[in-house]
Amino acid sequence: MRKRLYRVLVALIGALMVLLVGTPGAAQATETPPPDATAIQVTLQDKANKDAQGNPKPIPDVTLEVTKDGEKVGEGVTDAKGVAIIEVEELGEYVVSLDEDTLPSGTALDENTKDEATVQVRFQGPNNRAIFPIGVTAGDQANFGKDLATNLRGGLVFALILAVAALGFALIFGPTGLSNFAHGEMLTFGAVIAWTFDSLLDSGALAGVAVIIAAIMATMAGGLGGYVQDKVLWGPVRRRGAGLIAMMIISIGLAIFLRYIFQYFYTSSTLQYSQYSNQGREAHWYYLGFAMADREAVIVVVALVVIVGVCLWLAKSRMGKAMRAVSDNPALAASSGLRVDSVITSAWVLGGAMTALAGVLYALQNQVNSFMGMKILLVIFAAVTLGGLGTIWGALLGALVIGLINELGPLLFNIPPSIKEVGPLVIMIVILLVRPQGILGRKDRLG
Amino acid sequence: MDILEILRTALQQALGPQAIVFALLAIGLNVHFGYTGLLNFGQAGFALVSAYGLAVTVVTFGAPFWLGLIVAMIAPLVLAVILGLPTLRLRADYLAIVTIAAAEILRFVAGAVETKDVFGGSNGLSGFAGPFQAANPYSKGVDLGIVAFRRDDLWSLTVGWALVAVCCVLVWALMRSPWGRVLRSIREDEDAVRSLGKNVFAYKMQALALGGLLGGLGGLFLALKQASVVPTNYATLMTFYAFAALLLGGAARVLGPVIGAILFWFLIAGLGSFFRQSAGADGWIPTVIMTDTQASLIRYIVLGLAIILLMIFRPQGIFGDRREIAIDER
Repeated sequence: MRKRLYRVLVALIGALMVLLVGTPGAAQATETPPPDATAIQVTLQDKANKDAQGNPKPIPDVTLEVTKDGEKVGEGVTDAKGVAIIEVEELGEYVVSLDEDTLPSGTALDENTKDEATVQVRFQGPNNRAIFPIGVTAGDQANFGKDLATNLRGGLVFALILAVAALGFALIFGPTGLSNFAHGEMLTFGAVIAWTFDSLLDSGALAGVAVIIAAIMATMAGGLGGYVQDKVLWGPVRRRGAGLIAMMIISIGLAIFLRYIFQYFYTSSTLQYSQYSNQGREAHWYYLGFAMADREAVIVVVALVVIVGVCLWLAKSRMGKAMRAVSDNPALAASSGLRVDSVITSAWVLGGAMTALAGVLYALQNQVNSFMGMKILLVIFAAVTLGGLGTIWGALLGALVIGLINELGPLLFNIPPSIKEVGPLVIMIVILLVRPQGILGRKDRLG
Repeated sequence: MDILEILRTALQQALGPQAIVFALLAIGLNVHFGYTGLLNFGQAGFALVSAYGLAVTVVTFGAPFWLGLIVAMIAPLVLAVILGLPTLRLRADYLAIVTIAAAEILRFVAGAVETKDVFGGSNGLSGFAGPFQAANPYSKGVDLGIVAFRRDDLWSLTVGWALVAVCCVLVWALMRSPWGRVLRSIREDEDAVRSLGKNVFAYKMQALALGGLLGGLGGLFLALKQASVVPTNYATLMTFYAFAALLLGGAARVLGPVIGAILFWFLIAGLGSFFRQSAGADGWIPTVIMTDTQASLIRYIVLGLAIILLMIFRPQGIFGDRREIAIDER
């Protein structure tokens, strides 16, 4: 038994390697590196005007001039990311000046900001930066109502993504009882697989639908990943009679293992899909009174369809009922003639697929990164704990509340925007103090 | 390939300050997990409050060093009470989730731009370890042939290993006392202990506080050794390094975490050195397969794999007894 388990583990690792190595160029970031020549890099961001994630918006099309000892040596215009790279000949001290007339309307220099910045060019290469903190004073005059609408929109989109991921978590938690710390990595898995397919397709005939195909492939890969995980790792571990704590520690090991495998093949830099990327300017359309980017509307629709579909399936289908029966009482379900093992396998497949899809949706909003799953994992935990660990409806409800709080927290509760994840985590601890079974949970599950 | 160099790096880390930090963290985890069966995934949080307790008291508030040390001792106890109150009555996974979440909250807050005035932001705080360095009695470093330690490292090592020894004796003495026997019986069967009239919740809380304090000493030692506190040092990986060390050495054994930490750093540092030499421009592994950056990731991949395999095939580690490991809890 022990030997067999060892063999299948090795097979899993082998399969992973083949899967990941088999995608040539996977380790390359999409961003083409700037020229090797020494250069000054200027990033212009509007701190008074933030996007749904709370990041300052880039300011494009601003003219910058570089002078040395009063003589002009170079000029550049910021691109869609607000970045301008201006080459200079040698190391030394340069002055970067900003042409205020080319700033977009509504953006003004902060009173503390001059239109000039002095840069010491100390390094070969493009990493000499100049900083213009633009629009800091304008931020104080920001309109609360407008902020609320923006954050509400961001919160709704994030809540729906979170709901898909939390539903995946709850599906697996139900029959297995496993608090899976590798759930975040299953999410990252979906995102990077989609990125791989996207980068394979985006120059071919299918470029117009590259991301859609990639998302479908990633969802299928996620299901397959769930199947493989169950067959190779969790099934054998379960049959050895491992307890809850052992499985949690194993899932931590798996999380670390996968996270750095992803970083090994996809680097630690941020990657983005060829379409629907949220960089640059995009058209906003009004859906239900919200100004929403097309990308966000797509995320909302896909997430809603998946959530409703899975919930109906759980409520109506034979397998869905079996899954809930096993969640409720595995021993009773087994003695009633249900094949518990096959139910658990289907839970892993469905949960894995949903989580991978959530990863793709999350990456559409926030780009692909090897650490994205780790960052969202605790928020998922907060969501399922708030709703009630082990209940499907609780996971949904918890995800909606936590998702909205995550985005609205900085505005309503004065949580510093750079650490807005703190809001959901504090709520999780508080809810455990006052109502440990969560909003919809049952007390007998507490132990 | 320079085998001697690999051996040297490995030994340097295995005997050096890194191993001490993780030995202390793992001794704390041993009290939690090994003896009481509590699953604390936020040991880094205990280390953080202790380290920042000292740094903030001395640097931000300008208080004397000894007061900083007292705050550093009290802070993890307070954290243990705050975390224990909501979770110790619940199933094991609740404590795990809450502790890891709390550790992350603390790290976020300590590293945030908005709290820079108090905690120093992502650069952290420094300039509080003066009295510690001034107490250094050594006049020069030591060279043992294969490993060499500088003067200040030597002082850290002396203090650190003495601290580890004291903690081991403390744990040994406590665990053979009646109090320790209650902890171990809680691990085996909570309800049975309750039926004997013991207040299980209070015992668990005391164990959480004691283990947290030991973990806090690890964080405090790290802060003193590098004379600064930086939030990224206290990420969740810190906890899992300590967990791996504990599982390797053997939980529920007094010396398990210490041997585990030494061995763990020997393996990790040796492996790191091996791949650093092998990869890159002048190594034998082609850069298509592994670049320098990728070589530095191998240690984490091995860490994850080690935790999985240890937990499946040898949860008792090297010295432990399988019957004593609380992995079959509900």
